[in-house]
Amino acid sequence: MRNLFRRALPKVAGDAGQEAVPDLWVRCGRCREMLYAREWAEASKVCPKCGFHARLTISDRVALLLDANSWQELDPDLRPTDPLGFAPAGRPSYAEKLATESLDSGQSEAAAYGRGTLDGLPVSLAILDMGYFAGTLGSVVGEKIARAFELGIAERRAVIVVSASGGARQQEGVVALIQMAKTAAAVQALGAARLPFISILTDPTLGGVTASFATLGDCIIAEPGAVIGFAGPRIIEQTTGEKLPPGAQTAEFQLRHGMVDQVVARRDQKAIIARLIRLFSHATQPAQDPTASASTPHGEPRVVATAGVQ
Amino acid sequence: MSVVLDFERPAAEIRTKLDAIEKQYAANPTPELDAQRIDLRRDFANRTQAIYRALSPWQTVQVARHPLRPQTMDYAIGMCTDFVEFHGDRVFGDDRAIVGGPARIDGRPVMLVGQHRGRETRERVERNFGSPHPEGYRKAHRLFELAEKFGMPVVTLMDTPGASPGLGDEERGQGWALAANLATLATLRVPVVCVVIGEGNSGGALAIGVGDRFLMLEHSIFSVASPEAAASIVWKDAKFAPQAADALKLTAPDLLRLNLIDRIISEPVGGAHADPSAMIATLRSTVAGEISRLETIPTERLVSDRYEKYRRLGSWFEMAPPAKPAGSV
Repeated sequence: MRNLFRRALPKVAGDAGQEAVPDLWVRCGRCREMLYAREWAEASKVCPKCGFHARLTISDRVALLLDANSWQELDPDLRPTDPLGFAPAGRPSYAEKLATESLDSGQSEAAAYGRGTLDGLPVSLAILDMGYFAGTLGSVVGEKIARAFELGIAERRAVIVVSASGGARQQEGVVALIQMAKTAAAVQALGAARLPFISILTDPTLGGVTASFATLGDCIIAEPGAVIGFAGPRIIEQTTGEKLPPGAQTAEFQLRHGMVDQVVARRDQKAIIARLIRLFSHATQPAQDPTASASTPHGEPRVVATAGVQ
Repeated sequence: MSVVLDFERPAAEIRTKLDAIEKQYAANPTPELDAQRIDLRRDFANRTQAIYRALSPWQTVQVARHPLRPQTMDYAIGMCTDFVEFHGDRVFGDDRAIVGGPARIDGRPVMLVGQHRGRETRERVERNFGSPHPEGYRKAHRLFELAEKFGMPVVTLMDTPGASPGLGDEERGQGWALAANLATLATLRVPVVCVVIGEGNSGGALAIGVGDRFLMLEHSIFSVASPEAAASIVWKDAKFAPQAADALKLTAPDLLRLNLIDRIISEPVGGAHADPSAMIATLRSTVAGEISRLETIPTERLVSDRYEKYRRLGSWFEMAPPAKPAGSV
């Protein structure tokens, strides 16, 4: 279904970090090497020549991290509204942008979450996707992230969040901004229940996502070469006039500055995460924190939530 | 120093006439001059009120940034007693854009934390125009934890164009510092009252703005990004900031209508800068009242209510058919 709406392949090229050459061949987005498409896909879209990690879709991520057939996506039907009636003069309105984004990407929002097993371990997994609205954090993404943590608490699952985002979604204004507080609070609730949160930062992780749940992981793992930071390179150069040195704001830069625990290539991620969950899983007793039981009932159809916003 | 905003000019012209008449009257107190000055005073008040009742979002941004508007240090001195400013994050340095420390409001100990932009050029540069570095947020974090340790309510005053976006800020983990504050405030076991006193932009404001009560001064703004930054994202050009201000719903009345803030604090006629001491007195009594009410709530409930408050915020709908409730297998 989703693929029906995908643009013709070559158009995706710049965005996804690789160029598709019809059918059999793919050109690496970094070293420009021609790669045999099937081998490249089997290597989780990592270039065998230069190690470039091209961007992944949600289903690519699921295949990379979870055991076969264990993924069960939850609440896939959450849809964005237009809480502000965002209609910028002379630019497409939020409502129009949402329609375009859905058509272009074949997706309905920038995140998915659900349950699954990773090397046999029960996990709650949430994945952000740059392919829809630049992975921006709005109400639906914030809600899915919060629910992923509450799923972890309710079913005693470790939580894994794979981030890829341009930051807060401007078109939802303060409603988007507050998702940062909401998701940070959800991380705390998981911590109070003494369950591990593994945060995976992928290309790119920026702005309000970096400044909330993504950097609150008990362990933070970054993908090689991923751009990770608070202010994007363009904003830094515009605001301060500083020219960024090469390699600034990469995963490796953040490792050097003590901001991430490990930079881990795709092929090793699953094993590392499994090892971490097993190392952390000694603390199995729920803690006494009131927020730990603060999950809200969800799943039922409803229009939520800021009264007066409908 | 006197600063007249463009849209304040009609009132300022009356003010100039009034000042002249007052001077004449002082030298020569005739009944005619007395009648004139009484008329002019009334005209000035009416015109000012009319202007301020009809501020556009972009005009509100100008008022929120007014150089004579009271800032955090003015409140620290004017509405508190015994304020002791604490410096430094104990790791890297002291950020001058965030000030804070213990103080008393109406005799009760509180922890005050706020952004301070400064007024004169030198001070503004020293304070990075109110854009905190990571060490500022880490200082705030230290003060939040101190407040919890000593059972002091936290009062935060937001007034920032946003968190500082420089290479050094990136190297020292700006995003990490902001996130840590959100997480800590979300679960802090003392009452937290947050007030936007000027400009409250982006994660840089939110990182001292998560609490039990979120208040805005009448002409302050609260936004996902500064209008300039939002304009450069949406229009690819910062000069569309006025249009962005319109679209973002960043004024206190708009945000109250959207249920995103708890309360608006009225400003003196003509804005906080027209009568700073009246503004400071209003904020003192408002904050004292909020703290008194929050202190009656048992800690466990305070913290779980705060969680629920943020948990509810968002706007989405669910396409039928609904998925199974996530809590069941």
